[in-house]
Amino acid sequence: MTIDLPLIFAALMGVAILAYVVLDGYDLGVGMLMLWDSEREEHDVMIASIGPFWDANETWLVLGVGLLLVAFPVAHGVVLGALYLPVAAMLVGLMARGVAFELRIKAEGWHRELWNWLFSAGSYLASFSQGLMLGRFITGFEPGFLPWGFAALTGVALCGGYMLLGATWLVLRTEGALREKSAVWARWGLAWVALAVALVSIATPLASETVRERWFDFPRTLYLMILPALTLAAGAFTWVSLKKSDTLPFAGAVTIYVLAFAGLAYSLFPYVVMDSLTIWDAAAHPSALNFMLVGTAIVLPFLLGYTFYAYRIFRGKVKGGSPYG
Amino acid sequence: MDDTLLIARAQFGLNIAFHILFPTLTIGLAWLVAYFRIQYERTRDPAWLATYKLWVKVFALSFAMGVVSGITMSFQFGTNWPGYMASVGNIAGPLLAYEVLTAFFLEATFLGVMLFGMDRVSGRVHVASALIVAAGTTLSAFWILALNSWMQTPAGHIEVDGELIAGSWWAVIFNPSFPYRFTHMLLATGITASFVVAGLSAWRLLKAPGDAAANKTLRFGAHIAAVLMPLQVFVGDLHGLNTLEHQPAKIAALEAIWKTERGAPLTLVGIPNEEEKRTDYAIMLPKGASLILAHDANAELKGLEEFEEHPPVAPVFFAFRIMVGMGVLMLALSWVGTFVLRTKTPRWLLWAFASFTFSGWVATLAGWMVTEIGRQPWLVQGVLLTADAVGGATGAELGASLTAYVATYAVLLLSYMVTLTHLAGKGSA
Ligand code: HDD
Ligand code: HEM
Ligand code: HEM
Repeated sequence: MTIDLPLIFAALMGVAILAYVVLDGYDLGVGMLMLWDSEREEHDVMIASIGPFWDANETWLVLGVGLLLVAFPVAHGVVLGALYLPVAAMLVGLMARGVAFELRIKAEGWHRELWNWLFSAGSYLASFSQGLMLGRFITGFEPGFLPWGFAALTGVALCGGYMLLGATWLVLRTEGALREKSAVWARWGLAWVALAVALVSIATPLASETVRERWFDFPRTLYLMILPALTLAAGAFTWVSLKKSDTLPFAGAVTIYVLAFAGLAYSLFPYVVMDSLTIWDAAAHPSALNFMLVGTAIVLPFLLGYTFYAYRIFRGKVKGGSPYG
Repeated sequence: MDDTLLIARAQFGLNIAFHILFPTLTIGLAWLVAYFRIQYERTRDPAWLATYKLWVKVFALSFAMGVVSGITMSFQFGTNWPGYMASVGNIAGPLLAYEVLTAFFLEATFLGVMLFGMDRVSGRVHVASALIVAAGTTLSAFWILALNSWMQTPAGHIEVDGELIAGSWWAVIFNPSFPYRFTHMLLATGITASFVVAGLSAWRLLKAPGDAAANKTLRFGAHIAAVLMPLQVFVGDLHGLNTLEHQPAKIAALEAIWKTERGAPLTLVGIPNEEEKRTDYAIMLPKGASLILAHDANAELKGLEEFEEHPPVAPVFFAFRIMVGMGVLMLALSWVGTFVLRTKTPRWLLWAFASFTFSGWVATLAGWMVTEIGRQPWLVQGVLLTADAVGGATGAELGASLTAYVATYAVLLLSYMVTLTHLAGKGSA
C-alpha cells in the first residue's frame, strides 16, 4: 500500500490552522475586548489570563505556514504572493501586539495605557487581516469590488468570532464582575457570529461556483444540512450554558469553530489555490515529505504532552498581579 | 538589476537584520539567566533572586521582539523568494519545519512556565523550564544555521527528474561550513549577551555606584566575555580557512585581493576601487594575507581576476573590517576590564563597558553582511542565482510594505532600547 503523503500533510496543515485559530483566537479576542472595558485593573487580569500562552499559540501559525511552505512549496509562493498586503498588515498587527504585551508590563501611568491601546489595536488589525485573507482565498484571489467586499465581510466576521472565543475564555478564567461582563460580551459575540455566519454562508456560494456546486446538489444537500444544524445547536448550547457554567461556554464556542472549519474544509478540498492548484499538484517531493513525516510522528506526542502540561499548571482562575514571579 | 529584485532584497535584508539582533542576544542570555536561576536555587540568596528577576525581564522583552520579527521571516520566504522554495524547497523546507517542531514550540511553551509559573511549580521544575528554554533557543540556531550553511556550501543533494532532493540528510545538515558557522554564531551570542549584561550593569553603577547586584553582574559579564572572546578569534580563523577552501571568491573579495600572487600582502585599511581593480589608499602588511589565510607566508592566493563571478568587493571588505575591528576592541576591553575589576571599579571603565553594551550586535551584523553579501550573486552557492528566485509581489506592494516595516521597526527598536536603559537604570532593587 502506498500512503498518500500530500493528503496526510493537508490534514496536518488543517489541524495546525484549526489549532491556531482556536488558540490564538481566544487571545486575540481578549485583546480586542480590552477596548470595551474601561476598568483599568481588569485589563491586568485579562492580560494575565493569556500571558503564559500567547507565544505558544502563535507558534501554531508558524507551523501552519511552515507546513504550507514545506509540503506545498509551489502553493506557498502563489498564496502568499497573492495575499501580500493582508499578510503584511497582519504581521504589523501581530508585532505591535507581541511587543506591547511586554512593554506594558514595564510601563507606568499613561505609558501603560498607550501600550494597552496598541495591544488592542494590534489584535484588531491582525484578526481583521486574517479574515480578509480567508475571504480572498475562497474567491481564488479574484480582483474586483465584489470579491474584496466579500473579503471585508469575512474580516469583520472573524473579529466577532475571535471576540466570542475571547469572552468565553474570560468566563472560564476570571471571576466576579469581570466574569459577568464577559458573559455579556459572549452573548454579543454569539449574536455577531450568528449574523456573520448567516451572511457568509449566503455570500460564499454566490462568490464561488465550486462551493455552490458542492453544497447545492440534491440529495447530498440534505445530509450536508447536518453541519449548519449542529452549528446552530452549538450556538444555542453556548448561549444557555453561559448562565450555569464556567467551562461549557468555551467548549461550546470551540465546537462552533470545529464545525465551521469542517464546512470550510468540505468547500475547499482538495484545492490549495481555489480552482487551480490541488494538493497533489503542489506537493513537495516524497523524499522531503517522508523525512518530515518521521520527525512529526516522533515530535508531535511530546509537543501535545507538554502543551497539556503547561495548561494544567495554569488551570483555574487568574488573579492580577505581576508576572515573572 | 531591476527594481523588484532590489526592493525584495532590501526588504528581506532589513527584516532578517532586525530579527537576528534578538536571537543573537537571547540565545546567550537564556543560558546566563538560567545560571542566575540555578544559583538562587542552590544558595537561596535573595540577591541571586533579584538578579534573576531583573535579567529575566530583559530576556522576556528581547525574546518577544525575536518572536514577532521571526514570524515575519517565515512569511517572507514565500512572499519575496517564491523561486527559492520552488527550486530548493525539498531541502530548505524540512530544515525549517524541524526548527518549528523541535525548537519553537518547546521554547514558547516553557517560556510561559518560566515567566509566569514560578509560584505554581516547584523550584526544580522552574529551573528545568529555564534550561529547556535555553536549550530550545540553541536548537533553533542549530537548524537555521544548518540551512544557511547549506546555502553557502551545499552538499548531500542530488537531482532526480530535474528536481533537487536530499540524497543524504546527514550530509545536508553537516555540510562543510556548518560546524564552523554554528560554533562561531553560538560564541557570538554568548559574547553579545555578556557585553549586554556588563554594559547595562555598568550603566546602573554610573547612576548608583554602590549597587551590589550590579557590581556582581558587571564582573560576571566581563569574565564570560574574556573567556569567550579568544575562542571566537580562534574559531573565526578556522572559519575563514574553511571558507577559503569552499568559497575562494568570497575570501578574495573580503581581503580585496585583486591578482593571484605568492606571498600576498594583507590590506589593513583602504578603499576598494572595483572599476580600476585596485585598492586606493591601502595600508598593507607584506605577506600578511598568505600568512593568515594559508598559514604560510609564501603561499599562493587566488585573486578576483580568476573568478568569472564574484561578490561586490567594497561592502564585504568594509563589513569584514568592522567585525574584526570590533572583535579586537572587545577582546581588549574584556581582558583589561576583567583585570582592573579585580581590585577597583573606575568610572572610565564603567563608561567603556556602558558604551560597548551593544557592540556584539555591531560585530554580528557585520559578520552576517560578510557571509551573505559574500555569497552573491548566488542565493545557493553554485545552485541557484538570487535573480532567479525573486517574483510574486509587485514593486508597489513591496514598496508599501517596506515602508510599513521600516516605520514599525524604528518604533519598536526605539521603545526597546529606552525600556532597557530604563530597567537598567532602576536596577534590581
Ligand atoms: C560577536 C560577534 C562576532 C565577533 C566578535 C567575530 N565574529 Fe566573525 N562572524 C560573526 C560574528 C562575530 C557572525 C555573525 O556570527 C558570522 C556571520 C555568519 C556566521 O556564521 O558568523 C561571522 C562570520 C565570519 C566570517 C565569514 C565566514 C563565511 O561566511 O564564510 C569570517 C571569516 C569570520 N567571521 C572571522 C572572524 C574573525 C577572524 C574574528 C576575530 C576577531 C571574528 N570573526 C569575530
Ligand atoms: C541571521 C542573520 C542574517 C543576516 C543579518 C542576513 C543578512 C542578509 C543580507 C544583508 C542579505 C542581502 C545581501 C544582498 O542583497 O547583497 C541577505 C540575503 C539573503 N539571505 Fe541572509 N542573513 C542572515 C541569515 C540568513 C539565513 C539564516 C538565511 C536562510 C536560511 C538567509 C537567507 C537569505 C536569502 C534567501 C537572501 C536573499 C538573497 C539576497 O537578498 O540577495 N539569510 N541576508
Ligand atoms: C531567515 C531565517 C529565519 C527564519 C525564517 C526565522 C524564523 C523565526 C520564527 C518564525 C521565530 C518565532 C518562533 C516562535 O514563535 O517562538 C523565530 C525566533 C527565533 N529565531 Fe529565527 N528565523 C531565522 C533566522 C534565525 C537565525 C539566523 C537564528 C540564530 C542563529 C535564529 C534564532 C531564533 C531564536 C533563538 C528564536 C527564538 C526567539 C528569540 O530568541 O528571539 N533565527 N525565528
